[in-house]
Amino acid sequence: MTPPRLELRRISKQYPGVKANDAVSLSVAPGEIHAVLGENGAGKSTLMKIIAGAVQADAGELLWDGAPRAPRSPAQARALGISMVYQHFSLFDSLTAAQNIWLGLDKAMTLDAVRARVRTLSAEYGLPLDPERPVHALSVGERQRVEILRALMTAPRLLILDEPTSVLTPQAVEALFVTLRRLADQGCAILYISHKLDEIRALCHRCTVLRAGRVTGEVDPRQESNASLSRLMIGAEPPRLAARAVREHAPARLQVSGLSLAPETPHGTALVDIALALRCGEILGLAGVSGNGQQELLRVLSGEDRRAERGVVTWIADDPSTDPSNDASNDPSNSRVAAGAVNRTTDLGPLGPAKRRALGLHHVPEERLGRGAVPSMSLAKNTLLTRREPVGRLGHVSTAKAAALARRLIERFGVRAAGPQAAARSLSGGNLQKFIMGREIDAAPKALIVAQPTWGVDVGAAAQIRAELLALRDAGCALLVVSEELDELFELSDRLVVMARGRLSPAIPVGQASVAQIGQWMSGLWDAPAGEGTHAEA
Amino acid sequence: MLKLEPRPQPSAAMSLASPLIALALTTLIGVAIFVALGKDPLQGLRMFFWEPLRNGYALGELGLKATPLVLIALGLAVAFRANVWNIGAEGQFVAGALAAGWVAMQADAGSTTLIVLPILLAGVLGGVAWASITAALRDRFHANEILVSLMLVYVAELLLQYLVYGPWKDPAGYNFPQTITFLPATQLPKLFTGTRLHIGVWIALAAVIGCWWLLMRSMAGFALQTGGIAPMAARYAGFSSRAALWGAMTLSGGLAGLAGALETAGPLGQLTPYVPVGYGFAAIIVAFVGRLHPVGIVLSGILMSMFYIGGELAQSRLGLPKAITGVFQGLLLFCLLACDTLIHYRVRRVAGLGVRGVDKEQR
Repeated sequence: MTPPRLELRRISKQYPGVKANDAVSLSVAPGEIHAVLGENGAGKSTLMKIIAGAVQADAGELLWDGAPRAPRSPAQARALGISMVYQHFSLFDSLTAAQNIWLGLDKAMTLDAVRARVRTLSAEYGLPLDPERPVHALSVGERQRVEILRALMTAPRLLILDEPTSVLTPQAVEALFVTLRRLADQGCAILYISHKLDEIRALCHRCTVLRAGRVTGEVDPRQESNASLSRLMIGAEPPRLAARAVREHAPARLQVSGLSLAPETPHGTALVDIALALRCGEILGLAGVSGNGQQELLRVLSGEDRRAERGVVTWIADDPSTDPSNDASNDPSNSRVAAGAVNRTTDLGPLGPAKRRALGLHHVPEERLGRGAVPSMSLAKNTLLTRREPVGRLGHVSTAKAAALARRLIERFGVRAAGPQAAARSLSGGNLQKFIMGREIDAAPKALIVAQPTWGVDVGAAAQIRAELLALRDAGCALLVVSEELDELFELSDRLVVMARGRLSPAIPVGQASVAQIGQWMSGLWDAPAGEGTHAEA
Repeated sequence: MLKLEPRPQPSAAMSLASPLIALALTTLIGVAIFVALGKDPLQGLRMFFWEPLRNGYALGELGLKATPLVLIALGLAVAFRANVWNIGAEGQFVAGALAAGWVAMQADAGSTTLIVLPILLAGVLGGVAWASITAALRDRFHANEILVSLMLVYVAELLLQYLVYGPWKDPAGYNFPQTITFLPATQLPKLFTGTRLHIGVWIALAAVIGCWWLLMRSMAGFALQTGGIAPMAARYAGFSSRAALWGAMTLSGGLAGLAGALETAGPLGQLTPYVPVGYGFAAIIVAFVGRLHPVGIVLSGILMSMFYIGGELAQSRLGLPKAITGVFQGLLLFCLLACDTLIHYRVRRVAGLGVRGVDKEQR
């Protein structure tokens, strides 16, 4: 019997304060697509870095074709035939696809030869790509093809893919799977890192589940259910969301009409004639492949980008008769008295983020470290970015109040941190996300704009965050949730919109939407007749 | 074999210990320099670390030189924390001295000691005005504030020379490049008789408290520092980067100008081409050695003042060149930057047998 292409025996890696890998064993045979499943912080990345030679294990053995040969550097790993496609691309925008691939190669090869080889490979593996196009003109899916082609240039014997589908439309995911299956058929071993259970069950032959650095199971994912896999992954079934409360037509809180804006940066996306309304007590889900203008739109809404024309973004202040968070509305007699109040409309155009926040418009940005939080500052100080409770007269900051606020957020949202004085950067990505989400949710906003609410957050915490968002909705807050996870949007939203190439689709009630249709809209085809979205299943 | 490895979190203890280690290293290297120059190292160290503390007068001189250093360094610390690199405090110091000197020259026989207030105010405004040039160019044209503020130092010095060689020259001064000696009413009140120490010390201490509050306890200081270390977070929070630029530049310029005014109305008593003695540049070292913290700056300001005095004594008593002061300042900054590596990294003895074995095998 041939030995496995790669075998790990009791690999351990200790980092200061955390055992990232604890006696992890795993083996991949030629032609096998092997999933590595685990929550964030379960030790997947460390394990892959050990295989790719970027990190050395403290203990354990790494066997390559049955012989102990642990790569001591990424170059040695490449020489063995190990290629890795990282989650975050490392491409130069101003160079062509071929030039980018050329740059990543160890050995001397002429650019013409690279071009020819790229054409051959892209035909062979069904990865259409024009090597002459500059990267900034490529879609995210095409950029990933560049990364994959770069990995294929060296004819890898083991290909590692780290969360490859997070930036792809459902259709592009299917295309990627076709390519990966073809590669496996030719004898390449594939390690597929993901936390998306459906994908693993559809694609992979075997699955190693990691939890807190240890292997908790090795299963055939085709024989498992989502529930059984997630039990292995988190040790329990994910908490269910409360049933959706039925909503009637609600008044708008934030309105955008006729928003068109040139990009701020050379490779940004222009916004084209965008109209949307956030309604009280409703979650509007914004789907779309990243880089299609979501970031630009959110900056305009949050006030970080104030170039929009006056009157384009407007805020409709409380009408007491319709605001469920107002005590008066609970009492019918009072609400009748207040019904005379007129909606007050404010032009948000000239207001910066702090003034918009004072009105009740809060925002959770996609980047946590450096934007949502200052990495080197304590959690207590980080509350000051968006909260003014600890600030007294003359701008005096009460450190005690800031610490108390941070402690409350830590407790209420189950943030794992050393305490209010822990630096933001000392938290794991998921815990920092919980802290930032908590900071904004706890402010009882009237409108909340959230980008990627559960990115990098473990399953249990993700469910908690979603439940908090729904509770906020039920309290009458108007929410806009931008996510790349369609499942999440379908679970949370009342209505869905899709963004593609800087344009926004019409809103559709989530009950009338299908994954295939939204996937088609993600390509910008919402004007096309319905019923063509079925090729997603092909 | 020793190896540097990143710490999971910056070490707070090392952040405090680093200046002390740097001081010890500076002293060691200083001893080597004295030996190399054929001087008794004990005598040399005595000049720097004992003579400045020997008696009341010496302590007064120590405070006199520490006052401008601390004032300027406080402003620079705020600016550096806001990521605004004002390197031209020396020029703002001169501009403050010029403005203060002009007011002092207006004094007449009827002036009382109250004229000190407009003199100091003029110094602040002079420094603010000079720093505003840099702020305006950066704000309007994105001109690099390091270059602009640095080059404006030379402009300020040339302006000073033009004035004392030309329009402001004392007609009764035997053609020396200097202004009239200011009237006694313009003199800052002294703290103790027999010393040159003046009320500037109290002003500096008040500034220490003010800057501590600004940096550690105020929303404005939080906004400034957020803009400095995480511009995206500042934009997200809604803190204005323009306000941070102007706030940091004018505060550091104003404090440097105030220091210039205190020198003018204090020990100098007139303007000469020798008003700038490098306080503005030495204060950069003071700010960093003091960890950009107001209390640390008081300590490092006193240390730097000892270097100034020790350097002068080494000149007169040991016959060492004037450059010795600069050598010590440079050594201290150099050692500090080296020691600061240990805040983010730790030294580890690499002894793992297995690792070494694999190393050999592969080579």
